[in-house]
Amino acid sequence: MSERTDLLLEIADDELFLGWRDSEWTGIAPFLEEDVALSSIAQNEIGHARALYELAAAELGTTADELAFDRRPEEYRCTSLVQLRRLEWARTIARRWLYETADEIRLGALKASDDLEIAGIAAKMDREEAYHRIHAEMWVDRLLATGEGRTRLDEAVDELWPYALGVLDDELRPELRARVEARLQRTLADVEPVPRGVHEVELAELWEEMTSVRRSAPAGAGW
Amino acid sequence: MPDLVFEVFRQERKGKPFEHAGSFRAPDERAAEIYAREFYDRRHESVRLWLVPRSAIHPLEDLPDEFDTSYRRVDGYSLKSRLREARERAGTLDSGSGGEAA
Repeated sequence: MSERTDLLLEIADDELFLGWRDSEWTGIAPFLEEDVALSSIAQNEIGHARALYELAAAELGTTADELAFDRRPEEYRCTSLVQLRRLEWARTIARRWLYETADEIRLGALKASDDLEIAGIAAKMDREEAYHRIHAEMWVDRLLATGEGRTRLDEAVDELWPYALGVLDDELRPELRARVEARLQRTLADVEPVPRGVHEVELAELWEEMTSVRRSAPAGAGW
Repeated sequence: MPDLVFEVFRQERKGKPFEHAGSFRAPDERAAEIYAREFYDRRHESVRLWLVPRSAIHPLEDLPDEFDTSYRRVDGYSLKSRLREARERAGTLDSGSGGEAA
């Protein structure tokens, strides 16, 4: 594993797990249109994961599917923020928004990479993430528009804040704090970030579900 | 929460007419833009969308046909045979070209 494949797998795992978590709303989102939109966003994230796995797979001599589904739970590198199961709307929105804000900062740095393949895929992802950000920002505004919404968003952001900081490397965290504080017009707690590499209990649970078909048909499921 | 209905018209390619694509509910125009992108351009199948609040549509449904006006329609006439006759008269008939304009 090179530093390059480490980086690719970190982001791919983030996108894969977030896609899976968001897809848990499919069929039960607050209303039909949002259900379809969020499911579509979830699929986009999994599409990003696939593109990143393919880049890593080319270097590692394996395939995207093997990277996505054949590793042990402890081998995944995704940040804790996307591992958590938070099937509650304000938390889902808070997570989406915090992740997309962090991801924009991360992609901004990657777009400037000397590695043209990485810079290229970052630019491509960013063009699609732009729509995810519009969606997340709309929901943040909707929640901020009422007292109850504001309270629920604030609670969710406070709960997820140490995890959100953990999405980014040290040097990019101040930028995330600045953006989130400016948007919410309040100061966030000075907390210890949950570092990448921590495996929440929910990771193994999701892994069980996510890989169940693959494990039941190791030779590949035929559809 | 979604309390507005939007009718969506979709243009598949530049120059093609807009066609009604469907409708959906959204809480406001900002949400409607997001949903329209997801529902009608998810596979880049449109070049332009028109989002029309249903309340902006002025429907006309009282369109009686008391007298039979079908004679005003052109589909009862075979333009093709008339064109052929006209060309024969003019001596400009040549095989296999033209004449399909109808």
